[in-house]
Amino acid sequence: MEDRIEKRIELKAPVSRVWRALTDHREFGEWFRVKLDGPFVPGQVSRGQITYPGYEHVKWEAVVQKMEPERLFSFTWKVDPKIDPNETPTLVELRLEKTASGTLLLLTESGFDKIPGGRGLEAFRQNDGGWTEQMKNIESYVAQKS
Amino acid sequence: MAAKRRAHAPAFAALGDETRLSLVAKLSGGQPRSISQLTKGSKLTRQAITKHLRVLESVGMVHSVRTGRESRFEFDPEPMEEMKKYLDLVSEQWDQALSRLKSFVEN
Repeated sequence: MEDRIEKRIELKAPVSRVWRALTDHREFGEWFRVKLDGPFVPGQVSRGQITYPGYEHVKWEAVVQKMEPERLFSFTWKVDPKIDPNETPTLVELRLEKTASGTLLLLTESGFDKIPGGRGLEAFRQNDGGWTEQMKNIESYVAQKS
Repeated sequence: MAAKRRAHAPAFAALGDETRLSLVAKLSGGQPRSISQLTKGSKLTRQAITKHLRVLESVGMVHSVRTGRESRFEFDPEPMEEMKKYLDLVSEQWDQALSRLKSFVEN
């Protein structure tokens, strides 16, 4: 089991096109299925309403972290702060790399272990070797049981 | 990406500690163990081990069972399965969102 999510996807479109789809709040809303109140600005809260069928009552709230043109877009987010106000946001990082056929998009979402005052993600990083090894043991155990 | 997120952070955080991770690994063999058994081979005191076991107990990853005068601790795989399910769900939602992004930028 991992404490983070990692995805990579090849897109047959230029980096500039993908960058716009990620960072223009209207375009982002199209594929992510959220209606955002305004543009993304680093350091500022982004608010909106999910438009995914069945989840229209859910609010979107994120804090934009980094916008390095055509390279990195990151934000921390909670799906609905009303559900659990104490929930710690996770960090989503979207990185772009130019490839021969278009753009490679690398996504990570991390911070599932964070709690206020806790040791946080750093603890996982420092323990990475041990963590991975132990998780294998635990996972094989869980697999046997199910 | 809109599914309701559940408060799994405490469970993830409970495992974000080397001692607790090693306790879980020992107990995940399936056999309940006493504090003495768990303290053996560790640099920590019984008290420290007990404290870590209580943290794991608070998120439901271990349960204590009394046999005679002794408490034994056993592993409960459920919270970890829940965490895994939760991550799988978030992961699947990203797969869907990214495939929508793909058709969005490629068309």
